[in-house]
Amino acid sequence: MTSLDTRQKLAILADAAKYDASCASSGTVKRDSRGGNGVGSTESMGICHAYAPDGRCISLLKILLTNSCIFDCHYCINRKSSNVRRARFTTDEVVQVTLAFYKRNYIEGLFLSSGIIRSSNYTMEQLVEVARSLREDHDFRGYIHLKTIPDADPGLVRLAGLHADRVSINVELPTQDGLTRLAPEKDSGRIEGAMRDMKGAIEDGCDARRKYRSAPKFAPAGQSTQMIVGADAANDRDIVRRASHLYDRFSLRRVYYSAFSPIPSPSAVLPLKRPPLMREHRLYQSDWLMRFYGFKPSEVASATDDLGMLPLDIDPKLAWALKFRESFPVDVNRAPRELLLRVPGFGTKAVNRIISSRRWRKLGLDDISRLTLSVAKVRPFIITTDWRPTLLTDCADLRSLVAPKAEQLDLFAS
Amino acid sequence: MILETYRALLATADDFEGWRDAARGLAEAGVPPSAVSWQVMGQGTDLFGWLPDAPLAPPGPSFAVPRPFIDLAKAAICHSNPERFGLLYGLLLKLRDDRLAMEDRANPLVERLHQMAKEVRRDAHKMHAFVRFREVKDEEGVRFVAWFEPDHHIVRREAGFFVRRFSNMRWSILTPEQSIHWDGTRLTEGPGARRADAPDGDPVEETWKTYYASIFNPARVKVKAMTKEMPKKYWRNMPETALIGDLLAGAQAREAAMIERSEAMPRRSSNIAASWEALKAEAARCTRCKLYKCATQTVFGEGSLDPTILFVGEQPGDQEDLAGHPFVGPAGQLFDAALQEAGIDRSTTYVTNAVKHFKFVQRGKRRVHSKPDAGEIEACRWWIEQERGLIKPPLTVALGATAARSLIGKIVTISKVRDEPLTLADGSECWITVHPSFLLRLPDEEARLSERARFVDDLKRVRKRATQLIR
Repeated sequence: MTSLDTRQKLAILADAAKYDASCASSGTVKRDSRGGNGVGSTESMGICHAYAPDGRCISLLKILLTNSCIFDCHYCINRKSSNVRRARFTTDEVVQVTLAFYKRNYIEGLFLSSGIIRSSNYTMEQLVEVARSLREDHDFRGYIHLKTIPDADPGLVRLAGLHADRVSINVELPTQDGLTRLAPEKDSGRIEGAMRDMKGAIEDGCDARRKYRSAPKFAPAGQSTQMIVGADAANDRDIVRRASHLYDRFSLRRVYYSAFSPIPSPSAVLPLKRPPLMREHRLYQSDWLMRFYGFKPSEVASATDDLGMLPLDIDPKLAWALKFRESFPVDVNRAPRELLLRVPGFGTKAVNRIISSRRWRKLGLDDISRLTLSVAKVRPFIITTDWRPTLLTDCADLRSLVAPKAEQLDLFAS
Repeated sequence: MILETYRALLATADDFEGWRDAARGLAEAGVPPSAVSWQVMGQGTDLFGWLPDAPLAPPGPSFAVPRPFIDLAKAAICHSNPERFGLLYGLLLKLRDDRLAMEDRANPLVERLHQMAKEVRRDAHKMHAFVRFREVKDEEGVRFVAWFEPDHHIVRREAGFFVRRFSNMRWSILTPEQSIHWDGTRLTEGPGARRADAPDGDPVEETWKTYYASIFNPARVKVKAMTKEMPKKYWRNMPETALIGDLLAGAQAREAAMIERSEAMPRRSSNIAASWEALKAEAARCTRCKLYKCATQTVFGEGSLDPTILFVGEQPGDQEDLAGHPFVGPAGQLFDAALQEAGIDRSTTYVTNAVKHFKFVQRGKRRVHSKPDAGEIEACRWWIEQERGLIKPPLTVALGATAARSLIGKIVTISKVRDEPLTLADGSECWITVHPSFLLRLPDEEARLSERARFVDDLKRVRKRATQLIR
């Protein structure tokens, strides 16, 4: 277990997996280790057990089974023509490392992916075997996220769903053109086909559970996907549209965005410059607007500039508000939830508190300052008993008043 | 009149039941919050031992409080702030008058207690996350022991989480205030411990550190995001945090080395032709700016993929737009002639445009060229960067102000920068001269001839420089 060999493999295979952004361990069913003979529990909230200096949470043991691959996708560090060191875990090694980490409370579970070796089916079999062994041989009740291989046999993919909490298939790039250029062996039709099958399987699983309580749970945390931002020509508008298409069509739980980051020994096709990390952040914010704030994809898209890009210096909700001033100011004492959610600076929690409180009192600015983080930011957009932004909402340099002050550029940002 | 004051004694710092019983009795007796001294047994000197104990509640059902208050109180009671008991009692009295007072989140007392409960929950969440077990062997077998320092009195409250998760392991969590032990069937409590009572290492820790160091992506450093969620006060009990300093110090060097390595890679890659074809195909469907709507097609660059010189023009004109090739119209013909005079073989160069769609205004039957704006140049710059990144020309020539703007990102006056090369972001050389169509537009014959000669001179100089660079 502690042999040098496993550690070396871990170094290579964790390094190879770090470009996958997803690390969520939430959204699955509640279960625990009582009454069993293994370890593990999942509760409604995911837990981040550590944070790396890149600001990303470490919740799951995120590794590849092997970083050898028969594909040659240009953006991928593990592509066939890349000269990285290759390693391969046996299924048992992965199981042992997972359990050893879990028992010490380092992780919530396992996120296993793999380069494709021999064939898609063979690779998928190996991934499923790890999950099966954890669940059946060791009665592991923690979180398992399996990456599935688009071309693998649907029967195998279903097996994956039986053992895993979440399954995912990466769409890789927002456009088919980008995929053709950067991942010539992959095809968005096949990827979406696999996602459609998975959606069907998840729905079948839910139906079966409704009829028979004894039916096995199937991927209770649903499916997710990831796309790389900044490696092809897609602008933010394209990406937002694509994401909403994926949410609608495949009932995805999450779409992850990963700013393309330079990899060692890249292919000549790739841009050397990476997109600003802030772009990724703004995309996540726009994703939130659609999922929790009732924004339609077309509304988010209308917050973009002429080039179809979201502004980097202000968040998309503020950008939208500045563009559509006619929707403001909003009276916090009377406006419906949908309009309150549009006010830049009000989160979902603040809106809930406002709605709950205003049954009891007429809200003034003082009250709002207790209910939100920054009253200065929301002032131009709201009306309270003692405040009305008369000219402010229409003033031409409103943006400079509400936008965050420019900070010194980060040395590491591009 | 001196108000009679009572003492309410609680068994432990997180004694919710004790608090509830005392508060119920006090409330029934109509005691105001300011007349109660809340104390925890064994904490501090008993200065107020002479005070009368809180009156007991009369038997039988007491007044009811809403469920959310119980949840709030159970969390807030674990807070380290000694005022918590009194604040909760104050809210309880308020609720007795008005059962729905909790809903008023703008009330400072409600908000303060919510804040306390939130801090307790966060502390609990961090405990779930940051407890690190270390394996020890005792007479009964393997046991996992952790040392943790919570901010609030949460250990008893959170024991259930660890029982549920590790019910088939034997474990102990030691904290300064108390310790809890699980033997597989039963949870026991013990007194507070010291750090030295916990084991100081575990063989798997090195493997974990290896993982922590490997999963870190040096190309993206976000220290603030890390410390926001993992404040430094937790670091001393987490083995992996010892690596953070070195990882950060190495990060910049690692990224720089990565880029340097990729730049030093053999310039000619085997898949360059295929990549260029794919890039061109992708550009053919480009919608990055609005120009695609009216233009016939994308006019992508063309020429040698291992060129001596890469020329960047402004944008395709009417004829280029129809033909789909750059520099084939009148300006293109002049350009070809000038190249020939300067002794440059066009087939050894790569020719492209800063903007790849034709921008025009319709005047009757004619489509009249119109200058691309900053947004369009910026949108199309992505393609130029792709082309240059793929082809890696030793020398780039900007024909005209639009091309110069696209390449160096700012507006320049051609006459001022014409004689000296500039260095581009990737370190290669860039020369700037006029666009051939400028020569076509000069009305004065004499000026046209002299400008043309100057253009040819520029091209000759560029040719010489390119030969030097290649050699």
